[in-house]
Amino acid sequence: MSEIREFDCRPNDQTGAESPLAWSLQRGPVPDADTQAGVTLRESAFMGHLILRGGAIVLDEAVREVLGINLPARPNTLTLDSTGERSIQWLSPDEWLIVVPGGEEFALEKALRHALGQAHFSLVNVSGGQTVITLSGPKARETLKKSTPYDVHPSAFPVGKGVTTIFAKTSVTLRQPKADCWELIVRRSFADYLYRWLLDAAAEFGVSVER
Amino acid sequence: MFHIYCPYCEEYREEEEFHPRGQAHLQRPADPENCSDEQWGDYLFFRDNPRGIHHELWVHSVGCRKFFNITRHTANYEILETYKMGERPSITAETLAADERQSGVQTASGGWQTVGARPEDEALNTEARA
Repeated sequence: MSEIREFDCRPNDQTGAESPLAWSLQRGPVPDADTQAGVTLRESAFMGHLILRGGAIVLDEAVREVLGINLPARPNTLTLDSTGERSIQWLSPDEWLIVVPGGEEFALEKALRHALGQAHFSLVNVSGGQTVITLSGPKARETLKKSTPYDVHPSAFPVGKGVTTIFAKTSVTLRQPKADCWELIVRRSFADYLYRWLLDAAAEFGVSVER
Repeated sequence: MFHIYCPYCEEYREEEEFHPRGQAHLQRPADPENCSDEQWGDYLFFRDNPRGIHHELWVHSVGCRKFFNITRHTANYEILETYKMGERPSITAETLAADERQSGVQTASGGWQTVGARPEDEALNTEARA
């Protein structure tokens, strides 16, 4: 068992929590719901984000034991479990991002620490620092083309790919977990800026925001 | 804009994602306590400024955040290869000069300008200097 002291960053009590986009969605511009919209934005708030670092072989064993999915070994790839709710993404040769439904992250962290024991690794809960903005709809790809120099054509960016790249002069982790559904993992402090950018970029296609 | 191949991400990315970090393959004096001031000064402050092939350290700062090396031509900005940390370049001033000689093109003696700086591997540049 590792000697690291763990604590639950979001204990299950009455403490209020605000998602990074809470202010934007309450006070900022929110377009009316539109079923014909070309682009639909949604914040997947309060997900559990964990950064896992270490050697791929050791981590892969523990991750398969605890989460039941493989650690993506190829660069810029993403693996999802059968429900599609839990994912692991390759960020760099020794770094992965695990995203799980909110509330599971502490139990997962404990289980992974237990499975990894004294191995050389690092596991950090970054749930509070970032959020997921989901982009869907027929014009989602067009909106991305206006925002990032990365090639999002289906031949270059198939389902199951995820990259960290330049997006609207800042950086995001962009990924496509399923067809025509894009996830942007953005830093908390950039969430409002990117939300406004996306509204502006998608305005010509018609945009609606799900809450 | 350049498309730079990141050896860790294994694909070409926009130049915007990268930052240059200066000359690669600098060798720290093995025993800093006992080296001369000149050796230490060379290591700390003096860098090559060649016209021709230059091996540089770059970082994929928006992306995998790994450092890697680029072999670049300083006259025409061509990026000849990128390779991971700890690897040796396959293209150097001498190999390039040899290739160009073979193809019948006359080249000036390219390569390192070694004022002050000591290249990591003497063998790498002996021929280029000669």
